[in-house]
Amino acid sequence: MTVDLSSLSTPGPTITQTTAPFWEAAQNGKLVFQYCKDCGESVLYPRKICPFCWSHNLIWKSASGKGELKSFSVVHKPGHPAWIPAAPFVVGLVQLFEGPTILSFIITEPRYSCSVGQKLELAPTNISGRVLPAFKPV
Amino acid sequence: MKAKKSYGSIVGIGELQPSRLTYGRTTLEMIAEVSKLAVLDAGLEPGHIDGLLVGPQVGETPQHVPATVCEYLGIKPKMANVVDLGGASAAGMVWRAAAAINAGMCEVVLCVLANIREEIPARSPNRNPIREFDVPFGASGANTSYALLMQAHMAKFGSTAEDFATIAMWARRNAQLNPSAIFYDKPAELEDILNSPMIASPLHLLEIVMPVAGGEAVIVVSAEFAKKLGKPTVHLLGAGEKITHRSVSQSPSLTSGPLKNAIANAFEQSKTQAKEMSLLSLYDCYTVLVAITIEDAGLCAPGEFGKWIRDKDLGHTGDMSLNTHGGQLGFGQPDLAGGMTHIVEAVRQLRGEADNRQIKDAMTALVTGNGATMSEATALVLGAEL
Ligand SMILES: [Zn+2]
Repeated sequence: MTVDLSSLSTPGPTITQTTAPFWEAAQNGKLVFQYCKDCGESVLYPRKICPFCWSHNLIWKSASGKGELKSFSVVHKPGHPAWIPAAPFVVGLVQLFEGPTILSFIITEPRYSCSVGQKLELAPTNISGRVLPAFKPV
Repeated sequence: MKAKKSYGSIVGIGELQPSRLTYGRTTLEMIAEVSKLAVLDAGLEPGHIDGLLVGPQVGETPQHVPATVCEYLGIKPKMANVVDLGGASAAGMVWRAAAAINAGMCEVVLCVLANIREEIPARSPNRNPIREFDVPFGASGANTSYALLMQAHMAKFGSTAEDFATIAMWARRNAQLNPSAIFYDKPAELEDILNSPMIASPLHLLEIVMPVAGGEAVIVVSAEFAKKLGKPTVHLLGAGEKITHRSVSQSPSLTSGPLKNAIANAFEQSKTQAKEMSLLSLYDCYTVLVAITIEDAGLCAPGEFGKWIRDKDLGHTGDMSLNTHGGQLGFGQPDLAGGMTHIVEAVRQLRGEADNRQIKDAMTALVTGNGATMSEATALVLGAEL
């Protein structure tokens, strides 16, 4: 990956009223998730009701930005043509310290040296002109 | 075999030869062609069809799919629906057809899936969570999702690239006995698979199905109706289904899936066990899915598919026959109809009509369907004439 990620024209998020706070936080370099005040579960992606107990009592919390790599893939042939200039690049499943898992872009230096179980931290990254909550090894 | 209960009978099958491109043909045309084959095979007339199950048709008929198909075929069923379970749609259709018959809604159900393939495929514009939260990070399409499952399996259990490639190797070997398969006459051994280009690590090109155009259909009737036809029939002995999530990030597990529940329910209902199956007709969009299914079916302990598969002959004369039609890895994946190839082959085997790849005394088959990323799961146990 030698391309400037901010210069890509990859598809961005299809933001809704409910999810807007998540993407606004991302734009400011933060990662937020929902917390259910009724059952105590953490929820990501953002929803109108808690998927664990169907409560509406969801509040926003800031994530610590710490997580662990549950799995990853070095993508050589991207599924979307707009990603071709960036290939190969790494996507991974990041389990946040707070519980939920997010699929994210993994910044790897040196290139592609990832391992499952690796500790990660939030690395807000400009992709296609938007700051997204990417991750990098600690 | 002790007498088992039949929940319904498959009396007709149809299959179109897969092709890479369809040059202006329509999905409806393909549905018509393959439906005719199935009705002829059953020895029925189009007018007998009073139930219809079809799949979603992206880019051609987004809504009112059953009505559009009915009109085109000139049939007027008493029950019709879309089954939208991805690769599990076909298996999902078979038990739904039987359930509708058993509920007294209809007698003869046509289950049909077909797809065209153009140089520039129709994309369906999504506005849903997977589009919002996965796509912006570079994870478009199924390859990355299954790569994540495979990497997780390797990390947790130490399974190797060779273990997974062995599954693709058997698919190719079996496809050499199926002249309809897209990879007929195109053998590939372990080295070829391991040396094929890396698409999304650890997935190699030859561990991923090749998308093709095609069509598959089956006719489901009651066991009583089947008797009247006087033709060899195949019985639905048990079924199970489970749906858990859509996106891989929401998957309850990366190394086991809802097929575990679906298969267990199908075995329980049919009073059968994995080891007595004559044929494993396992959904194989990717090698890793077969690996996890072998483990979820209880054929071996979690993480041990590699050991289980090593030194086994998985051909039609082997220790355990796996996807004798070549699986979708060998046959090609005609979109949603790909899942139905596993049913059509099981019917051939259980009728004793599989020619040069016939399993001796085939009595029972486990058929699985899998949609999205280990998200939608349906399992069927099919049995030969009781
Ligand atoms: Zn809750």
